[in-house]
Amino acid sequence: MPVRVQSEDFDLSTELARLRAGHPDAGATVAFVGTVREMNEGGKVSLMELEHYPGMTEAALEDIVAQARRRWELIDVLVVHRGCEQIVLAAVAARHRGAAFAACEFVMDYLKTRAPFWKKESTGQGARWVDARASDETALARWSAAAPDPALPVSCRP
Amino acid sequence: MHIQLRYFAGLREALGLSTEQIALSATATCVQDVLAALRLRGGIWAEALADGKAVRVAVDQRMADLDSPVRPGAEVAFFPPVTGG
Repeated sequence: MPVRVQSEDFDLSTELARLRAGHPDAGATVAFVGTVREMNEGGKVSLMELEHYPGMTEAALEDIVAQARRRWELIDVLVVHRGCEQIVLAAVAARHRGAAFAACEFVMDYLKTRAPFWKKESTGQGARWVDARASDETALARWSAAAPDPALPVSCRP
Repeated sequence: MHIQLRYFAGLREALGLSTEQIALSATATCVQDVLAALRLRGGIWAEALADGKAVRVAVDQRMADLDSPVRPGAEVAFFPPVTGG
């Protein structure tokens, strides 16, 4: 299963071994692990809560993986998202490193801006929803300059 | 027509509601029309969904925009910009 939303922690070595299993031609594996920053926006973060949109979140992640697979020659892709400590894992196996590096970054840029997750962090001052960053949209824009996304929403008005 | 509405994260908390079913007039065709109907409720609805607020929308669990069509029975979700990863 290429995408998982779960509360349990994951073990990086186990996940990567599973990703590569049965693919002796996978010469490059790139993995990104996102973790909770202890200090964020000036406060010490004690707890991270994650809200998602069951159904749509999984579909969005699967769509992101499918887009990456169309753009690069990839052997396998894995995305695991959870709520605390190790928040996210994006791993890509390919024959060569160029595709693996690029696809992993692409998956993360799309995930940060298009997958319906919302983080809430607790600090000494109380709980707050994390604000989206403009830099995440900028990161995403790099990819569409190369090839416009054909999956833009259909308009019902001229 | 009847549609299902869902709210998430900070918007869900502000509105005090996570899901509801509403009836729209037959002339409603787009997300823009759904938003207009919700703003007419006034109070927190007009405030949290005001023009210029960072509100994103999905129709039938796909990212959408103000012009996206809304059909009878659709599931329309409003939420703040996403912050996963």
